[in-house]
Amino acid sequence: MTSARLARLTPYIYILPAVLVMLAGLMYPILSAVQLSFYDWSLGTDFETARFVGLDAFVEMLKSEQVWTSMGVTVAFVLIAVSAELVLGVALALFLEKPVRGMRFFRTIFVLPMMIAPICVGLIWRYLFDANFGPVNHAVSWMGLSPQAWLADPVLAFTAMVVTDIWQWTPFVLIMVLAGLQGLDESVMEAARIDGANWWQQIVRVKLPILKPILIVTLLARMIDGFRGLEVIYVMTFGGPGLSTELFSLHIFKAAFISQKLGYSSALSILLLVIVSALSIAILLISNPLKTKARR
Amino acid sequence: MSNPETVPRGSPLHYLMLTLLATSCLLPLVIMTMTSLKTEAQIFDTQWSWLFAPTLDNYRSVVQDNHIERYMLNSLKVSLAATLITLMLGTMCAYAMARFRFLGREPLSYSTLILRTLPPAVLAVPVFVIWSAWGIGDTLSGVVLVYVALNLPFTIWLLYGFIDQLPIELEEAAAIDGCGPFKVFYKIVLPLLKPGLAAAAIFTFRLAWNEFILSFILTNRITRTLPASISNYITDTGVEWGKIMAAGVLIALPPLIFTFVAAKQIITGLTAGAVKG
Repeated sequence: MTSARLARLTPYIYILPAVLVMLAGLMYPILSAVQLSFYDWSLGTDFETARFVGLDAFVEMLKSEQVWTSMGVTVAFVLIAVSAELVLGVALALFLEKPVRGMRFFRTIFVLPMMIAPICVGLIWRYLFDANFGPVNHAVSWMGLSPQAWLADPVLAFTAMVVTDIWQWTPFVLIMVLAGLQGLDESVMEAARIDGANWWQQIVRVKLPILKPILIVTLLARMIDGFRGLEVIYVMTFGGPGLSTELFSLHIFKAAFISQKLGYSSALSILLLVIVSALSIAILLISNPLKTKARR
Repeated sequence: MSNPETVPRGSPLHYLMLTLLATSCLLPLVIMTMTSLKTEAQIFDTQWSWLFAPTLDNYRSVVQDNHIERYMLNSLKVSLAATLITLMLGTMCAYAMARFRFLGREPLSYSTLILRTLPPAVLAVPVFVIWSAWGIGDTLSGVVLVYVALNLPFTIWLLYGFIDQLPIELEEAAAIDGCGPFKVFYKIVLPLLKPGLAAAAIFTFRLAWNEFILSFILTNRITRTLPASISNYITDTGVEWGKIMAAGVLIALPPLIFTFVAAKQIITGLTAGAVKG
C-alpha cells in the first residue's frame, strides 16, 4: 500500500471501531424498534408468529387514554420540577457567585446527589416518604401537622416525585449558572456599575441576558432527562398510585415487560425518540461544538 | 484562583447559606447510611432516633443470604470493561474528528451529537430481542456492549472538546520530525489528554456502575449487576429496608469516592458544551 493511500485511510481506521459499536449497539436497535412497531408481537412468543399490522400500533397509541395521561404526567412533571430548579438554582447562584475560600469543598458536596445511582435516589426517597416510619412524616408530626400517606395519594405522590427531582437536580443548575457567571467579563459588570445600574438592574439587564444561552441549554437538558428518566420513579412508586407518577419512559417499559406488548411498546418508543431528538436538535441550534470551532 | 490566599473569605451569611445547602444535599444520604446500620426494630420504630447502637448485621446478611459480593464483582467487571473500551474507541474517534477532514465526518458528527440523548427505554426492547438472537443475552459481555454504545457519543464529544483545545503545533512538529500519524497520537496527543480522559472515565464508569433498567432486562440471577440485584430485597410482603439500604450504600460508595477525588473533572464534564457555547 502506498503511503498516500494509508494517509487517506488513517481517519477511517481511527473511527471504525467506535462506528461499528454504535451501529451494532444503537443504530441497529433503533431500526429494529421501527420494524417491530409494525408487528403485533407478544413477549415470550416466536417472532414467526407475530402479525404484521402496519400502523395499527400507532393508531392504538394515539387513541390510548393511558398514553395521554402518562404524557401529561411527564410534561407536568418536567415543567414544574424544571421551573422550580431553574428559579432556585439561579437565585442561589446569584447569591453565591462571589468566589470564597472553601467553595471547592461545597461544590463537591453539591455534585453528590447527581452522581449516585438513580436507583439509590429512588430508594432513599421512598423510605423518606414512607407513611408509617418515614422521616418526612416524623418531621411533619414534630411540627404539629398531621402525617400523610405520601406515596399512596395521587397528588402527594406526584409532589414527592417533584421534590425528589428538585433535591437531585437543583445543584446541577447552580453549578451550570456559577460556571457561566465565572466566565462573565468583569469589565462588562464594571461598565454597568459606572452607568449607575443598581443590584437588581445588573441582574436583570446584564447577567441574565448573558446567561441566557446557558439557561436555555440547561432547561432543554433537564427536559430531555425528564423524558428519558424512569429509574428513580421505578423504585419510588412504579408509576402509582394509578398513573399519577407514570413517566413516559416507565410507561414504555411497562407496555413491553408487564403488558408484554413488544410491538406496541416499540411504537411508543418511536414517539419518545422523536420528542427527545427534537429537544436534542434544539440544544444543537444553540450550542453546537462544530460551529464553536468554526467561529474561532 | 488556584492560590487559596488570594480568594477572600466570604461573609458569615454566605457560609450559612452554603452550609444549609450542603446539609440538604447530604441529609438523605446520611439517613440512608444510618438506616443501613439499624436493626429492623429500630427502622420500624415510630420515633426517629439519631442516636443508636450501630450494627453491621444488614451488611452481614446481604453477603450471607444474598451473595451481594457476586453482584458487586459483576458490576466491577462490567464497569471497568465498559470504561476501558469506551475510552479507547472514543479517544480514537474524537481524534479523527478533531484533526482530520474526511468524507463522512459531518454525518458522523451530527449523528453522535443526537445519539448523546438516546433514551434507554428506546433501546430496552430491541436490545433485549437482538442480544438473545446474537447469543449474548444474560451475559456480562452483552451488558458491556450496550454500555459502551450508550457512552460513546458523550465520550466522543467530551474528548473532542479537549483535543480541539490542544495546540496543533506540537503534532505538526512531531510529524515534521518523522512521526507517523499513529505515533503522533500515542506519543503526543494521549499524554496531553489525561484530564479529558479522567473526566470521560468517571462519567463512563458512573453510568455503567449505576445503570439499572437495561442491566435488569439483559441479565439473569447469576449475571445481575449490583443495581439490578436490589429487586432481591423487594418482596410481596414489602421492602427489607435494612438490607436494601445496605445495598444502596454499597452502590453509592464508588461514585461518592470518585466525587471527592476528582470533583474538578466532574464539574468540567457536567458543564462541557453548555458553558463554552
